[in-house]
Amino acid sequence: MSAQDDLKRTGLYDLHVELGAKMVPFAGYEMPVQYPLGVMKEHLHTRNAAGLFDVSHMGQVILRGENPALSLERIVPQSVLALAEGRQRYGLFTNDDGGILDDLMIANRGDHLFLVVNAGCKDADIAHMRAQLTHCEVEVIDDRALLALQGPAAETALARLVPMAANMKFMDVAITDSDFGELWLSRSGYTGEDGYEISVPDAHAEAFTRALLAMEEVEPIGLGARDSLRLEAGLCLYGNDIGPTTTPVEAALEWAVQKIRKTGGERASGFPGADRILSEFENGASRRRVGLLPEGRAPMRAGTDLYASQEAETPIGQVTSGAFGPSIERPMSMGYVTIDHAEIGTNLFGDVRGKRQPVTVADMPFHPTAYKR
Amino acid sequence: MKYTEEHEWLREEDGVYVVGITIHAAEQLGDVVFVELPDVGDTVSKDDEIIVIESVKAASDILSPLDGEITEVNTPIADEPTKINEDAEGDGWLFKIKTTDASPLDDFMDEAAYKKFIG
Repeated sequence: MSAQDDLKRTGLYDLHVELGAKMVPFAGYEMPVQYPLGVMKEHLHTRNAAGLFDVSHMGQVILRGENPALSLERIVPQSVLALAEGRQRYGLFTNDDGGILDDLMIANRGDHLFLVVNAGCKDADIAHMRAQLTHCEVEVIDDRALLALQGPAAETALARLVPMAANMKFMDVAITDSDFGELWLSRSGYTGEDGYEISVPDAHAEAFTRALLAMEEVEPIGLGARDSLRLEAGLCLYGNDIGPTTTPVEAALEWAVQKIRKTGGERASGFPGADRILSEFENGASRRRVGLLPEGRAPMRAGTDLYASQEAETPIGQVTSGAFGPSIERPMSMGYVTIDHAEIGTNLFGDVRGKRQPVTVADMPFHPTAYKR
Repeated sequence: MKYTEEHEWLREEDGVYVVGITIHAAEQLGDVVFVELPDVGDTVSKDDEIIVIESVKAASDILSPLDGEITEVNTPIADEPTKINEDAEGDGWLFKIKTTDASPLDDFMDEAAYKKFIG
């Protein structure tokens, strides 16, 4: 059996092929990397109108139990108890060393929590939750597709099918009946644009997708443009920019840890790696994830070593993501550098094919975000 | 027009060879975002990596199909690399080379053979 045979497919596989997608292996799935429009135009279309992404490979999980929010707080450094009903927040599963096992979305849907986790981590996440959250029922949702509709026209497009979607604000979640069965909506995404993530029953997924694609504003968008969109928005790709050996403070994700879980807070500590993570909140970390803008047009890709000068022999950091940004019309990267080189404006050099190319530490996002607050 | 297994094309013009990548290669690369061209006057050998093309997907090395000297490079594509996607076998040409050994040409494919080669 070849590796190709082991790859899973989402329920929309046949539609992707029909639309002319180029399919590639990603996190154990055969996924569309681009459609005939091409990565550059798909990216720009999402920023200018609306892009539709199949993200059904991601894990959808429901947590039920006595007090699932309090239970979940034992394995994430977020305040889940304070998350209001109908709201969602970004979270992290941490390990005992303070590293990141996965990043996820946590939604409070009243009597239960709804989580969306990364495709490549979902089996490990589910095992981790089942082992750690013994008072909770961990229900894996495997009969629903997950779509992301992103861009300034996302609201107009989705509201034609689901009028109530227009009333939602950034990070609101809702469950609603529709012509396509019960939809689970959140006003969020991973492109820096306004938009929605929509969980739709498998039986209706293709019809729902076709209904959106029939609209003038909506084009199907592949993983290639998803990567350049999230990078322009300064968002981390799990496995590249964050992972088991990067802590939330090193990853510049301080904003994702609420005060109440930090030293002095009412529910401080009590999550894996708390000692290291909370100490880094007080004292800082030795390295930091930063934005990087290379000079010229050549992208500085993941794995590029970073140096403080043309002559320096020891790298002070490494690029973890790098691509050309179609909206900013220049290459962009993110990576880790030692803390003394992390200040915005610091001039560094990246080793590109044996040549030291100038690159500057820059503020993120590279392209302004457009969330509907 | 001759084609190589490395998906380059060559066209003879006033005693030099104009070289570019094929339409098929450009389609496979996806949107090109950056091209690093050699310098005019460079002496190169067959199979030297003389150009880097970065697309939205990855960096690809372009090999010299012949021994010789670079006599001209298509400077405008450095600023407008998408020309390679738009017209790979025309305005998207890469460089001109004056060869000292034209014998590899005998092994290169004609259009029909190349079409067969890419299936």
